[in-house]
Amino acid sequence: MNKIAYYPGCSGQGTSEEYDRSSRAICKALGIDLVDIPDWSCCGSTPAHTVNHVLSAALSARNLALVEGMGLDTVTTPCPSCLTNLRTAAHKMENPEFRAKVNALLDVPCTKTIEAQSVLQILTENVDMTLIKSRVVKPLTGIKIACYYGCIMNRPPELMRFDHHENPMAMDNIMTALGAEVVPYPLKVECCGASFGIARGDIVARLSGKLLDAGRRLGADAFVTACPLCQMNLDMRQGQINDALHENFKIPVFYYTQLLGYALGLDRADLGFEKLCVDPRLALGRIKQPAQAS
Amino acid sequence: MRIGVFICHCGSNIAATVDCPSVAATALTYPDVVFSTDTMYACSEPGQDAIIQAVKEKNLDGVVVASCSPRMHEPTFRRAVERAGLNRYMFEMANIREHVSWIGKTKDLNTGKAAELVRMAVEKLRRDRPLLAKRFETTKRVLVIGGGVAGIQAALDCADGGLEVIMVEREQSIGGKMAKLDKTFPTVDCSSCVLGPKMVDVAQNPNITLYACSEIESVGGYVGNFQVTIRKKATYVDWNKCTGCGLCTEKCPSRKHPDTFNENLCNAPSINIPFPQAIPKKAAINPETCLMLTKGKCGLCAKVCPTKCIDFEQKDELINVDVGAVVVATGYDLFDWHKYPQYGEGRYPDVITSLQYERLLSASGPTGGHIKRPSDGKEPKNVVFIQCVGSRDKSVGRPYCSGFCCMYTAKQTILTKDHLPDSQSYVFYMDIRSPGKMYDEFVRRAMEEYGAQYVRGRVSMIYPKDDKLIVRGADTLIGTQVEVPADLVVLAVGVEAAHGAVQLGEKLRVAPDQYGFFVESHPKLKPVETNTAGVFLAGACQGPKDIPASVGQGSAAAAKALVLLSKKELESDPAVSRVNPARCVGCGKCAQTCPFGAIKMVEDRFGNPKAEVIDTVCQGCGICTVTCPQGAIQLEHFTDNQILAEVNALCPPKILANCE
Ligand code: SF4
Ligand code: SF4
Repeated sequence: MNKIAYYPGCSGQGTSEEYDRSSRAICKALGIDLVDIPDWSCCGSTPAHTVNHVLSAALSARNLALVEGMGLDTVTTPCPSCLTNLRTAAHKMENPEFRAKVNALLDVPCTKTIEAQSVLQILTENVDMTLIKSRVVKPLTGIKIACYYGCIMNRPPELMRFDHHENPMAMDNIMTALGAEVVPYPLKVECCGASFGIARGDIVARLSGKLLDAGRRLGADAFVTACPLCQMNLDMRQGQINDALHENFKIPVFYYTQLLGYALGLDRADLGFEKLCVDPRLALGRIKQPAQAS
Repeated sequence: MRIGVFICHCGSNIAATVDCPSVAATALTYPDVVFSTDTMYACSEPGQDAIIQAVKEKNLDGVVVASCSPRMHEPTFRRAVERAGLNRYMFEMANIREHVSWIGKTKDLNTGKAAELVRMAVEKLRRDRPLLAKRFETTKRVLVIGGGVAGIQAALDCADGGLEVIMVEREQSIGGKMAKLDKTFPTVDCSSCVLGPKMVDVAQNPNITLYACSEIESVGGYVGNFQVTIRKKATYVDWNKCTGCGLCTEKCPSRKHPDTFNENLCNAPSINIPFPQAIPKKAAINPETCLMLTKGKCGLCAKVCPTKCIDFEQKDELINVDVGAVVVATGYDLFDWHKYPQYGEGRYPDVITSLQYERLLSASGPTGGHIKRPSDGKEPKNVVFIQCVGSRDKSVGRPYCSGFCCMYTAKQTILTKDHLPDSQSYVFYMDIRSPGKMYDEFVRRAMEEYGAQYVRGRVSMIYPKDDKLIVRGADTLIGTQVEVPADLVVLAVGVEAAHGAVQLGEKLRVAPDQYGFFVESHPKLKPVETNTAGVFLAGACQGPKDIPASVGQGSAAAAKALVLLSKKELESDPAVSRVNPARCVGCGKCAQTCPFGAIKMVEDRFGNPKAEVIDTVCQGCGICTVTCPQGAIQLEHFTDNQILAEVNALCPPKILANCE
C-alpha cells in the first residue's frame, strides 16, 4: 500500500481526539500507511475563508506544500471541514494567478497539485470491502444504525467528487459489511446547525433535534458520523436539545471509525468510547455476541 | 449587359449605419451598371414596382438588390424580376443588413463594406445565365409519422382533402399522450371522449392506411416523390385475423412487465391490448417477457385464441410506399425526473409524475379512477405538486419553459378536490404561465374556488417521515423556508424531444435544435415547414405544445401538404449540378460523395462511364463540384467562374502591385 500523508486537523487534537485515534487505528489495521505531516498547521477552519480567500488558501497550501516536501501526492484527513479547505485551496490554485498570490505568502511554495481525500474516501476507494468483511471479528449484528454524513462531506459535488451528494452510501456500505442493520435514513446530508452551536443554540436545537427525531422514528439504536462538528452537535448537545425541545433523546453518536475498529476487534484504548457524552453501552449491548465456536 | 442596382434602407435598419445614397452612387461606377438608386423598403409594393419599372424603362438585363438576408426575400425579388419580364435567375442579392448594418457601428466602414458586397453581386450577375426549371409529377399521397393528436388531425384533414394517407405509429395504438390523459384544460372535459371519435375516424377512413408498431426505416427521394420504407415490427399476432376480443390477455400467465400505457403503475400481461379504446384494437406479444418466446414453453394464448391468430414465428416486415409529402408529428417525451436526486431518485414510491397521476385519475386507469397512493393504496389528504421539474432549469440542461405544466397542474388540483373533497393541494411554482384563451381564469379558479395553495418557490428536498413525505421548499413571497407534510407528491415534469427524434431527423434531413426538437423553416412565417421541401412539422416535435396548439399545427401541416400536392406538377430548382461529359473521366468520385445519392453513373454511346445528375434529387449543395478532380461537374448559378468573379471583386488580383 502506498504511503498517504495524514492531516489530523485541530479538532483531532481536541474535541474529536477519539476520531483521530480510531482513524489511525483502523487505517493501520487495514494496511493503510499514514504518515503525519511534520509541523502541520491549522487550515483556518471556518473563519479564515470568510475574511480573505488568498489567506485561507495559503493556510491550507502551507500544509499541501509540506506534503509535496514529503514526496507524496495524496493527503487524507478525517475531518470534512479540513478536507473542504484543502480541496478548495488545491482547486483554486489550478489557476496560476491565484497560485502565485498564495505562494507569495508562503516560505516554501506549493507547486504540485496535491489530492486531498477524506479517510472515508480512502477506505471506500482503496480498500476492498471483502477485506473489511474478512477482518471482522465482532460483527455488529443486532444493532440498528443511522448513517449521518453532514452537509459538507459530499458537497458541493463538483468539488468533492466523492459518493453521491444527496444520497451518499459509503458509511452505509461499511456498516452493512460489518453486519449492522442500516436504517434508510433520509436526512443524511442535512445540516446539523454546524458552528451555530455557540452563537445560536436555538438553531442547532431545531436542526439537530430534527436529525435525532428522524433517527428515532426509524428505530435507530445509534448514529454514526464522519464529522467532528456533527458529532459534537448531536452527541454533546443532546442534553441541550432535550431541554430546548422538551425531548428525551438518548441516542449514542459514534464516529464510524469507532464502530469499525470495534468490529475489527481493535484495542478499546484506541477507540475512545469513553469520550462520548451519551452513554454508548446500551447500544453496544445490543450487539449479539458471536456464537462461540464449539 | 445592362444592370440595375437598388440599395434598400430597410427603414432605419440599414440606413442608420450605412450611407445608402453613397453606396448607390458608387455602384454606378461598376461595370455594366446603368442604373442605381436607393429605396426605403425594396420589398414593399412600391419598392417592387420601382424595380419592375426600372427594368422596363432602362431596358435592364439583370438586377441587384442590396438589403436583408436572401433567406427571406430572395424569392420575393426573383418574382418581381420575373414579372418585369426577366429570367428569375438574372437577379443577385447582397446582404447589407445581417452582414453589415447589424454588426458594424462605424458608418464609414459600413458604407465601404456595403459597396464591396454590391460590387461582388454585380460581378456575379455579369456571369449569370437564365436558368429554366423542369417540371415533374407528384405522388398524391402523404406520410404522417406519429399518431398523437397532431398526427391524427393532420391525417384526417389530408384524407378529407382527398389525399391518400399512410400513418406510421411506433406504439401499439394511436392516441399518443392525449389518450393517457383523464381530463383536458381549461374545459375539464374527458380527454378520451374528445380524442376517441377521432381515433375511430382514422381507423374507418378509407383514405387512411395505419401501420401501428411500425417505424420509419429509410426515406429516399425528394419533394413530391419520396420513397419510404416502413418497418412493421413483429407483434407475433396476425392482425388480419385478430378481433381484439382480449381472451388471450386474460389467460396469459406472465404479467411481469410494467404497463407502459399506465406509466408503469401496474403490470401488464405479455400479450396485451394497451387500453379498451385502442386503435387498432389488436393484441401484441412482448417478446422480452413472453414465456413461449423466451423459454419455449407456454403458448396458452395460442390455445385460447378463437381465431387462431397467434404466430410465434412472425418476423419484422418491410413495406415500401411512395409519398409526395411527409408530416412529422412524433410528439415529445417527458423529462426523466431521476436527474433530480433531491426528489429521491425513485426511492420514495409516493413521488410520482404528473402523467402517472393522470392515470390514477382516469376511470380506465389502474385504480379505476380512485386516487390511491402507490405505497399502501391509501387515499392521500395532502397532495403536493412541484412545478418546473425539468423546465426552466439550466442545471439539468432544460432552460426552456415546457409551456403547459402550469395548466395541467391547475387542472390536477381541481380534479383532486373533485375526487377527494377533504383533500388539500399545494403547488410549488416559479411563475404561472397561462396565456391561452380562458387559461388564466382557469388557474384562478383552481386557487379561489378549489382552494389550491400556491407557494412560490422551488423545492429543495423531499424526505420521508413516518408515512408522510416532507416537502421542504422556499416561500419566496414571504421569504422563509416551508415544510409541507404530503401524502403524495406529484412532479409536474417538463417536456423533452421524443427519443429517436434525432435519428429520424437524419433520415428525413430535418435538423434538430440543441434540445432535439425539429427546426422549422422560419419561426414566424413558416412554422410548420422545414428546410427540406415537402416535409412538414406538426405538434410537439417542433417544441412543447398543448392540445389546441398541436391540433392547430396538425391542420396547418395538412393544409401545406394539400397545397403542395394540389398542383399537377412541381417545378424543380434549376440551380443543380451539371456534368460536362467531355471532361468527365467517369471516376465516380462525385457519386460517392453526394450525400443525397443524386448522381448516377451511366455509359455514353461509346461505352465510357460518365456521371449524370438526377435533377430532382440534387439539393444544390455543391459537394460534388469540389470533389471532381477534372472540374467536370459544376453547380448551376454557382459555377467556379461565378464564385471566382466574386472573389476577384473583393480582392482584385495584385498583378500590377507586384510589378511595382
Ligand atoms: S467526379 Fe467528376 S470525373 Fe469523376 S465521375 Fe464525377 S463528374 Fe465525372
Ligand atoms: S450538388 Fe452535387 S453533391 Fe450536392 S446534391 Fe447535387 S449532385 Fe449531390
